[in-house]
Amino acid sequence: MSSEYLVEVKDLKQYFPIKTGFFKTTPLKAVDGVSFDIKPGETLGLVGESGCGKTTVGRSILRLYEPTGGSVKYMGEEITASNMQEHRKHMQMVFQDPYSSLNPRMTVEDIIGEPLDVHKLYSSKQERREKILGLMELVGLNAEHATRYAHEFSGGQRQRIGIARALAVDPKFIVCDEAVSALDVSIQAQVINMFEDLQEKLGVAYLFIAHDLLVVKHISNRIAVMYLGRVVEIGEADEVYNNPQHPYTQSLLSAVPIPDPIIAKKSQRIVLTGDVPSPMNMPSGCAFRTRCRFATEQCAQECPSLTERKNGSQVACFHQ
Amino acid sequence: MEKAVQQMPKKNLLSSQIDLSKFEKATEEEKRQQDVMSESTTFFKDGMKRLMKNPLAVGSMIFLILVILVIIFAPMIVPYDYASINTVNGVRDKGAKNMKPFEYSEMELEYMAQGGTVFPHIMGTDEQCRDYFMRVVYGTRVSLSVGLVASVMVLIIGLLYGSISGYFGGKVDLVMMRIVDIIYSLPDLLMVILLSVVLQATLGTALEGTILARLGSNLIALFVVYALLYWVGMARLVRGQILTIKNNDYVLAAKATGAKSGRIIKKHIIPNCISVIFISTALQVPSAIFTESYLSFLGLGVANPMPSLGSLANYARGGLNSYPYKLLFPAVVIILIVLSFNLLGDGLRDAFDPKLKK
Ligand SMILES: Nc1ncnc2c1ncn2[C@@H]1O[C@H](COP(=O)(O)OP(=O)(O)OP(=O)(O)O)[C@@H](O)[C@H]1O
Ligand SMILES: [Mg+2]
Repeated sequence: MSSEYLVEVKDLKQYFPIKTGFFKTTPLKAVDGVSFDIKPGETLGLVGESGCGKTTVGRSILRLYEPTGGSVKYMGEEITASNMQEHRKHMQMVFQDPYSSLNPRMTVEDIIGEPLDVHKLYSSKQERREKILGLMELVGLNAEHATRYAHEFSGGQRQRIGIARALAVDPKFIVCDEAVSALDVSIQAQVINMFEDLQEKLGVAYLFIAHDLLVVKHISNRIAVMYLGRVVEIGEADEVYNNPQHPYTQSLLSAVPIPDPIIAKKSQRIVLTGDVPSPMNMPSGCAFRTRCRFATEQCAQECPSLTERKNGSQVACFHQ
Repeated sequence: MEKAVQQMPKKNLLSSQIDLSKFEKATEEEKRQQDVMSESTTFFKDGMKRLMKNPLAVGSMIFLILVILVIIFAPMIVPYDYASINTVNGVRDKGAKNMKPFEYSEMELEYMAQGGTVFPHIMGTDEQCRDYFMRVVYGTRVSLSVGLVASVMVLIIGLLYGSISGYFGGKVDLVMMRIVDIIYSLPDLLMVILLSVVLQATLGTALEGTILARLGSNLIALFVVYALLYWVGMARLVRGQILTIKNNDYVLAAKATGAKSGRIIKKHIIPNCISVIFISTALQVPSAIFTESYLSFLGLGVANPMPSLGSLANYARGGLNSYPYKLLFPAVVIILIVLSFNLLGDGLRDAFDPKLKK
């Protein structure tokens, strides 16, 4: 039953019913046929602009939302609603917002201990406490703070508490949903380094969601780029970053601020025109065609599927 | 660092540019001080500590405890009854009408001259020769119990209704909340009057001989109205709380760790809304007392001879020119009780809402 991949996501779909009239509901296609695989100990970066469905992908994989379609396999075994409880020990999540993801009425000890309580991972109170203190040390929290409440901590410390909670069950796969976006730049670097150290020590695989390409490039082995619920390009991190194939990836990269003004002057910026179409009213064919420089008749009729390019990246675009 | 400071252009006299040479580096000890966090305690202890620092809330609490002690122990100490005429040495004292505070009637003076002791009439007597202090004490008893019972009823009904609505959401919520909207729009005073008329006719005979008869059909109508109408505010509050808490990421995080609904409700939802619900129950008490008082004042409250603060104020209206203190006593008690409950409720809210924490 085992396979080369730790997590395989195939044709994942997540539609949300949205009320559009008194009796009418229209599906909002937040995620529409996303596929990717992650090897053990690997990091896949997932980027895309706000509202393209990154968080939804992460949450659907962990069955926090019941997916509309598609499959998720863990070590070759299909995940269903019934065997998910067991897999919650293997797959965990770090949340986007370090403020709302910690219960203000619980102490740090109880927050980190919750997964241990739920899965009964200790035999005595002593063991529970030792495990919690070990986790706190692992993420760089002062053990003296175990009995404090979450609101007494800074954003960076809170994010560490969230990471310690995710690590409590000793998972093999963690979805990091913009785990650093809410932090100061200086603290971002600390937390990212911590993620890398943990990966080295514990061998966990990450699905690292972010909208900042620089951050993602730094930490990821491979990068997937999403646009309106679909993956438009996926490949090795360096290739996607240095040699983007999809017009959307190219424009995303040209929007990354360049610290050197001389290079910045030389590189031309591709500014996207128009707004992101509403996910409730998607354009026919390729979703990006309304803002694409290369759009043709064909783009309006068919939806391009992911095909391999010379550099090894898979790209969903008719334009070569 | 030193060099950089020296290199800075000379500061203009009027400019607000910061003079870096005036700054000192923080010592190690100062840095450590920054690192120390405030003393941590449990949520409840923390809240109580903050409550105790609020002089208004503490004052209100002391006053309410005093009032409760008085209404419990006064009837044991004061030898008068709220419902019947004063007696002196077993003889009914018809002359003790409308006396001023601490005044004695002729019979009492005579009895005292013979060596007997008479308990003073702290608030005088009313026109039916009853000790007014005892009437105010019993009136406070009635008003306070009405307030507490009505609030608990509101709490139970609102909590059940609101949590079902908020927890299941969707269509259930839609229907349940439209019912709330309809009830919200009914005029309460009209409903009390209609219900007490209807209940008087139907319950009047059925109640005869039971304890409920002493309360009177008006008071029962009041409770029924409270049970029917006033829970909607609480139901809305509870539903809103549960909806917002349900959508918090920490509930999702608990699901991601594999927690079941029972645990989520117990550990995440209840602890986060319980204080808000208790506080608004505490604030409901004065509003119920107030409602009872103005209904009694309108003649729709407790049945005679049972007094309530509102009905005492109503009777006092008759002799307002001659005996203004008779209105003053019950009115002041109502005001102080309602004010204390409100101040205490506000104090609790400030103390137990962690978002307001400095
Ligand atoms: N529970 C939900 N019900 C209905 N619509 C939802 C729900 N969750 C997300 N959506 C919609 O799905 C789309 C994708 O949302 P998602 O949160 O996955 O975006 P995102 O890529 O994570 O954005 P961001 O970078 O801002 O976090 C959005 O249009 C959002 O409005
Ligand atoms: Mg998101």
